[in-house]
Amino acid sequence: MKKPLLALIGLIFVGFLIDLSFDAFIQLTLIYVLINMILAMSLNLVSGFTGQFSLGHAGFMAAGAYASAFLSTIFPMNPGPMQFVYFLFYAIAGGAVAGLAGYLVGLPTLRLRGDYLAIVTLGFGEIIRVILLNTKTVGGARGMYGITGPTDFTLGSWTISKFLIGYAHAIFWVVACFVVIWRIIRSHHGRAFLSVREDEIAAEAMGIHTTQTKVRAFVLSSFFAGVAGSIFAHYANYLNPASFSFNRSVDAVIMVVLGGMGSLSGSLMAATIITILPEALRPLQEITGVDLRMVIYSLALILLMILRPKGLMGTKEVNEFWRKYVRKTS
Amino acid sequence: MSAKLLEAKSITMQFGGLKAVDSLSFHINQGELVGLIGPNGAGKTTVFNMLTSVYKPTSGEVIFLSEPTVSLKPYQVARKGMTRTFQNIRLFKDLTVLENVLIGGTKDISYGFFSSILQTSKYFQQEKALKEKAIELLAIFGLEKKAHAPASALPYGEQRKLEIIRALATQPKLICLDEPAAGMNHQETHQLMETIAKIRKDFRLTVLLIEHDMKLVMGICERIIVLDHGVKIEEGSPQVIQSSPKVIEAYLGAEDIH
Ligand SMILES: Nc1ncnc2c1ncn2[C@@H]1O[C@H](COP(=O)(O)OP(=O)(O)OP(=O)(O)O)[C@@H](O)[C@H]1O
Ligand SMILES: [Mg+2]
Repeated sequence: MKKPLLALIGLIFVGFLIDLSFDAFIQLTLIYVLINMILAMSLNLVSGFTGQFSLGHAGFMAAGAYASAFLSTIFPMNPGPMQFVYFLFYAIAGGAVAGLAGYLVGLPTLRLRGDYLAIVTLGFGEIIRVILLNTKTVGGARGMYGITGPTDFTLGSWTISKFLIGYAHAIFWVVACFVVIWRIIRSHHGRAFLSVREDEIAAEAMGIHTTQTKVRAFVLSSFFAGVAGSIFAHYANYLNPASFSFNRSVDAVIMVVLGGMGSLSGSLMAATIITILPEALRPLQEITGVDLRMVIYSLALILLMILRPKGLMGTKEVNEFWRKYVRKTS
Repeated sequence: MSAKLLEAKSITMQFGGLKAVDSLSFHINQGELVGLIGPNGAGKTTVFNMLTSVYKPTSGEVIFLSEPTVSLKPYQVARKGMTRTFQNIRLFKDLTVLENVLIGGTKDISYGFFSSILQTSKYFQQEKALKEKAIELLAIFGLEKKAHAPASALPYGEQRKLEIIRALATQPKLICLDEPAAGMNHQETHQLMETIAKIRKDFRLTVLLIEHDMKLVMGICERIIVLDHGVKIEEGSPQVIQSSPKVIEAYLGAEDIH
């Protein structure tokens, strides 16, 4: 547990620097990058590592977001140094609700081979959205306002900003999600995921319980999608069913494919690019007066798929490229 | 010694109007090496699929280790101790040679999901033991040097060997080999048959071997079952099979068509 902990401490320190040097807009974008990283890694677990296509990841994110926001109205946060613990608690609860939804959707569907999962998850995403639209207790179509979020607090002469708390919480989950998936893949349980992706019939013949394996991957993936939703809910302080439309599910798929199916570092890169690109292209729209963003965005994706059809990283991780590079140059 | 390890009782597999296997009964004793031969499309692979629960027989029963298995899932049959290779190679292509073998190690692993996340000492111990064992298995077939190559990078003959190694990693009692020598040249085939005879002794295995080429099985099988059009036409020692008019006719008939 040493390395992940050091990484986390290092990244939180980076947060301090960002807190001091960038404006709120960039900080907000950064939080969205982190949320999308979790979303992309979690989808990669199902699609990239286990080979099952889910088109409803926004639905699981929504389940986590709303469950977490609702929970915070029952157990309101105590603004102060303990904030972090509350957010952790909301996130775990949101993740658990999403994980349960994943179990209920996955168990009947994952028994079947083929593309049923894609169709069923697509339906699930839409059903969740429609239910939320029509549930008055969470604001219906108007959305849910005033969700408790990180607030500034002082610790002696130090002021810890809203951003820093939100950032620390989000980065904690990015590291947790990365480490959990990374390590599982390097265990027998994770190799079972990979074997299912490669060949289900052969996996069964090797004694792998393929249905159980797929359900496990799917539940864990839904859990992290729910966590991403929870972070989103509390940082934005506002939720609207429209935030969890089919488009968001597709965005998640694009991040996984772009980064490389089965590459966690690829997912991190792609989440960064996909989140920042539209924002970076915003000035262009102001200058030209036409919304070229979608055009450029699509062109960039097409180009990338031609140049690197297996995504930025393929199934490899950054450190493998690094090792190769060191071997070549030394 | 000659306790029945596997028994197929009148198993039938019907695909639409086609009876691929028709009321086939046979048994395999503990420790035997039995050959299952027959011309193209005789139903040999279909028999394997029924034994390993990939297909549920239209009728009939399979008894393995004194228990019926037709209602079990393939992974349950595998864990019970019956495993197989595939005629049309089904390796985990994008994984390394070593990973392919490790996946067979379900029985060697008892650490849980959380152990692997926390990387407990149990996780490290079992992973280390499993890897060492996998390398040993690879060494039997001389593949240990290629442990970290992707499985798809192996030449055809070695892919077939890797399938056998992977199957051995599950600690089977009965191993079913579906044309393990297909696509190999004469010398490779000869070597492979020797290795099969050797592992059978070393691992105290029972082997069911499908072979298309009749001459090949004559050398190593103790008993041979001949299938034609889904029906058992002959069974016995290699000598009996060699001189059986029914078998000669089935094979000659098949050759006429070619
Ligand atoms: N899933 C299936 N659906 C329909 N027909 C099938 C199926 N599997 C096999 N068959 C048919 O059953 C018959 C027996 O096929 P099988 O593959 O068992 O033969 P085989 O003895 O293994 O032949 P080969 O020597 O070519 O491997 C063939 O006519 C084949 O076309
Ligand atoms: Mg066959």
